[in-house]
Amino acid sequence: MLSYKAIYVITLREFKRFFRQRGRLIVTAARPLIWLFIVGSGFTRLIDTDDSVQYIQFILPGIVGMTILFSSVFSTISVVWDREFGFLREMLVAPVSRVTIVFGKLLSGTALSVVQGAAILLVAPLLGLDVGITEFLVMIVLMFLVALAITAMGLFIASFLASLEGFNVIMNFIVLPMFFLSGALYPVGSLPPYIKVFAFINPLCYGVDAFKHVILPGQGRLTAEFPIWADLAFVSIFAVAFTFASAYVFERRK
Amino acid sequence: MAIIKVEDLVKRYNGTEAVRGVSFEVMEGETFSFLGPNGAGKTTTINILCTLLGFDSGTAMVNGYDCRRDAHKVRSSIGLVFQEVTLDNELTAYENLKFHCYMYNMEKRLSEERIEEILHVVGLFERRDDLVKKFSGGMKRRLEIARGLLHRPKVLFLDEPTLGLDPQTRSHVWEFIRKLKKSEGNTVFMTTHYMDEAEVSDRIAIIDRGQIIAFGSPDELKRGLKGDTIYLKTADDAKASSEIEAKFGLKPKRIEGGLALMVESGEKFIPRLFERLETGIVSVNLKRPSLEDVFINLTGREIRENQPAPRHRG
Repeated sequence: MLSYKAIYVITLREFKRFFRQRGRLIVTAARPLIWLFIVGSGFTRLIDTDDSVQYIQFILPGIVGMTILFSSVFSTISVVWDREFGFLREMLVAPVSRVTIVFGKLLSGTALSVVQGAAILLVAPLLGLDVGITEFLVMIVLMFLVALAITAMGLFIASFLASLEGFNVIMNFIVLPMFFLSGALYPVGSLPPYIKVFAFINPLCYGVDAFKHVILPGQGRLTAEFPIWADLAFVSIFAVAFTFASAYVFERRK
Repeated sequence: MAIIKVEDLVKRYNGTEAVRGVSFEVMEGETFSFLGPNGAGKTTTINILCTLLGFDSGTAMVNGYDCRRDAHKVRSSIGLVFQEVTLDNELTAYENLKFHCYMYNMEKRLSEERIEEILHVVGLFERRDDLVKKFSGGMKRRLEIARGLLHRPKVLFLDEPTLGLDPQTRSHVWEFIRKLKKSEGNTVFMTTHYMDEAEVSDRIAIIDRGQIIAFGSPDELKRGLKGDTIYLKTADDAKASSEIEAKFGLKPKRIEGGLALMVESGEKFIPRLFERLETGIVSVNLKRPSLEDVFINLTGREIRENQPAPRHRG
């Protein structure tokens, strides 16, 4: 049913494309750094945190989440891109199952996000955070899970998009609210109840919370808000549900 | 042996029938053309045969496999070159081919050999490590055809292989397809709305409004049209005209710079003309009916509606 060679080569292609598109590389590297060092240090002066966690440290898990969010969604847009530029047909007419193509796209989107998230983690020592090798490895596993959930969600949405024009709509109505309701910039606990509802159905919210467990250990006003098992359970459910959903939609649509 | 078998194929889009009960067979090793205007149902049929599209009724078999039930096996048996470019511009020529090898589960050593071989055939070996986005339209087409042949398919489908290419590149691509046909020997199934392209195939199905309206070799189709056209220049056209009318019972048409004469068999008529005509003949030109004439005769329309009328009609 699954062709591993095909999954491998689909992933390899996405990596090659990623590292060849210089503009995309620069944006990818610059965006989280702008958030961290410009927005982050600006607010650090403004926001007086009472405990040991500084604001700039507080947003690091969120910025890792943001990097994964943008990267995963952008990766799945490649499905729309491939459809518009014809390459999808080369894949669809090959003797591999549709599920193989879905898994190839999932794996490549997920892996690219993990690589970028890991790169952002490297600035943790600059912020005075203690992220050792153990934390780093645990983060890799968590990032993989979060990236998978969001890539699967993106793939599900992308399979309904006929053209790249829809991308802007998705960006404004799904991706940005997901970021702002993820607990990346402020704890979701302090949001008004009617907005909090949306945070609770946001997979990224649980992802960022899981990252906080690792990067900002201990108890405080700005540390994790949910138990880790809840984070893992929600993210896993999202990942599995959207993987099935996108495979199903892809199988039906040609 | 029939490698493609289609019976009573019907495909509807929102209630309108794009393909209306099409039946035909393609023999192994032949070059078969679907000739027809845009929107006649050519691409729809090709997409059904390539398992990219479902259909409403009838049967479609490729290489002995059912296009619906054994889609996987059908896809392993075919190579496909689409109307539009389906290469990855961000990859090199080599990488595009390599991607294909992996998708078709080709053995590593075999795929390396095959890529090298096919790159030489299409004359792109020196450019193998260049990004495809730097290629010209003709080079992309060649690379795409090369990719379609990489896994040695039983049938190569070419959907309007020269669409959007300039005339010079078109003839290059054609020369190349003919050469490939000789060296690879596979069945070629193609669609086109260019008469001269269909002319080189072994058999043609003329398709119009979702139905096959004629079927046969180019010669057979043209033989169905009674008559060749003879263009004649004489010392005195007026005199020659009345002479021909009197002696052969035919009425020549006066055209610019001579006479045009419709006869059943041009080769047989010309010697008789020389024998019996007393007015001096300056030049004689025999025009056989073209596929364009066949199409006009069958449908009363030209294949490309916006084109000027052909100068000679059979």
